[in-house]
Amino acid sequence: MDLLPHAAHERLDLSFLEKLGKGISIMTLQVMTPINHETNANAPVKVEVKNLEVYYGKFRALAGISMPVYENQITAIIGPSGCGKSTLLRCFNRMNDLTSNSKVNGELILDDQNIYAPGVDVVDIRRRVGMVFQRPNPFPKSIYDNVTYGPKLYGIRRRSDLDEIVERSLKAAALWDEVKDKLGQSALSLSGGQQQRLCIARALAVEPEVILMDEPASALDPISTLRIEDLMHDLTKDYTIIIVTHNMQQAARVSDYTAMMMIDSQRAGQLIEYDRTTTIFTSPKNKQTEDYVTGRFG
Amino acid sequence: MTSFQQMIAKNQTTLGTRRKMVNALMLTVTGLLTLLVLALLFWIVGYVLLRGMKAINLSFITQPPRPLGVAGGGVLHAIEGTIVITVLAALFAIPPGILAAFYAARNPNTPLGIALRFSTDVLSGIPSIVIGLFAYAILVKPMGHYSGLAGGAALAILMLPIILRTTEEMLKLVPHDLYEGSLALGAAEWKTSLSVIFPAALDGIVTGFLLAIARAAGETAPLLFTTLGNERYDIKGIISNGIVQHQSFLMIIGRIVNQPVDSLPLTLWKYAQQPYPERIDQSWAVALVLMIFVLLMNIIARLWIYFRMRRMKG
Repeated sequence: MDLLPHAAHERLDLSFLEKLGKGISIMTLQVMTPINHETNANAPVKVEVKNLEVYYGKFRALAGISMPVYENQITAIIGPSGCGKSTLLRCFNRMNDLTSNSKVNGELILDDQNIYAPGVDVVDIRRRVGMVFQRPNPFPKSIYDNVTYGPKLYGIRRRSDLDEIVERSLKAAALWDEVKDKLGQSALSLSGGQQQRLCIARALAVEPEVILMDEPASALDPISTLRIEDLMHDLTKDYTIIIVTHNMQQAARVSDYTAMMMIDSQRAGQLIEYDRTTTIFTSPKNKQTEDYVTGRFG
Repeated sequence: MTSFQQMIAKNQTTLGTRRKMVNALMLTVTGLLTLLVLALLFWIVGYVLLRGMKAINLSFITQPPRPLGVAGGGVLHAIEGTIVITVLAALFAIPPGILAAFYAARNPNTPLGIALRFSTDVLSGIPSIVIGLFAYAILVKPMGHYSGLAGGAALAILMLPIILRTTEEMLKLVPHDLYEGSLALGAAEWKTSLSVIFPAALDGIVTGFLLAIARAAGETAPLLFTTLGNERYDIKGIISNGIVQHQSFLMIIGRIVNQPVDSLPLTLWKYAQQPYPERIDQSWAVALVLMIFVLLMNIIARLWIYFRMRRMKG
């Protein structure tokens, strides 16, 4: 039930209790912290970000970010609003391409391939790097059609194949038992938490390698949040997860590695510290990180 | 030093009374004007109903017209003609309307998108008689005769801005999250538009169609120049004739659309000008039929949305 390793216990307990005073009861925290994860010391690098810069027109939104993302680990990106967390996240599946006049410099190497190299198939990248959004965004279709939307894009047509994918994906997203008898119903009839798990199932259906989550629980109630966090933990068996979150307890609870971002004097987002989550939350090297994770600003 | 509370203390009663009085006054004025507008609508509907009831019965909508002096007779041909030209207009206006709206909704700030929106506004402001004249010049004149086809084209021009505007607005209402969700799965933009955005906006788009159709069905001015009117217009006759003469399907369709056709608004206009009480009564009956047609369109639009919503909410 420990939130963080023992070494840091005394020092951190205080700061969290301060936070708790702001509205979360101690009971809730106990309910919400059952995840124990062992950080694999020798996980291979799945994605390597090398000196990544993003420009919107002349404005530099991200300033030279470099960081590794380890395979089958959860990497959290934290930092105050407007520091470029989402912009960075959206680089991993080239969603920034959609923003007109955006430009990306540097490299983002998925396995051995720089996804920003000329001639790279964006569709293939987006299959390998799935995404879950802040607000649940199921398509206004049936539950079944939501899950099969991705597979159908890649030419899977056989009913038996699709049935299998639907069952597997919904089970992986811990939604199967709740919806198996109403797959034909509209996805909009589900609750917010169920919708978000459906969106996760939809992303899993094309068997991605990396899953990006942009504050996946910020629109959900605490119980649904807990389920999503549990689910993320289960998913690390097969997937590499990168999550953007405003919620520092969440980052502390779910992630193995944490990237701390901040804007520099030109308002460009930069990475100020990157380390094991335990290190970031117990003995950060950077003063700004310490102030942020202990709730002194941000 | 007096506190703010003390400063306003003496004003408080008068202020309170004034506030209440102004409130009551405004409520009365806005409420009365609302009633006035409602009353106007009911007056029109009621009056048309009252006058139209005299000549309306089942045979009025199932029988062809009879000559003056012969009792009975109906406006079947006008109803057929109105259906033919509105269907034609819908066929002409809906496909380009939707596609252009997709373009404008996705590229609102490109020169073409801005130009489209601007010209849609201008187009919707052009008087319908001018559009009739235009259709006359570029269709009726070269073809050498009046036709349902020309009427359909004229009405299509009238429908186009309504369809464009409603479709564009509905497409814009679809949350951006859905669009990104689809692209994040690797879908192409056209695929996203077709299988996510369009279905999500379908309710509003269909409502727009039905309203545009209802609006076009009641137009008279463009038809004066294009369809002319034709009391002998008889679809059943054309079809049975065509079958007897072994004409092809296309040929029969061609005959239906490529001749002067009758229509409800034109019939109304013609009958109302005649000095015979019988015809005057019939023109009111035509007005009633037209009104019911438009009302039906509105009801269908609302039912469609209701059932879709119920299905979506599960």
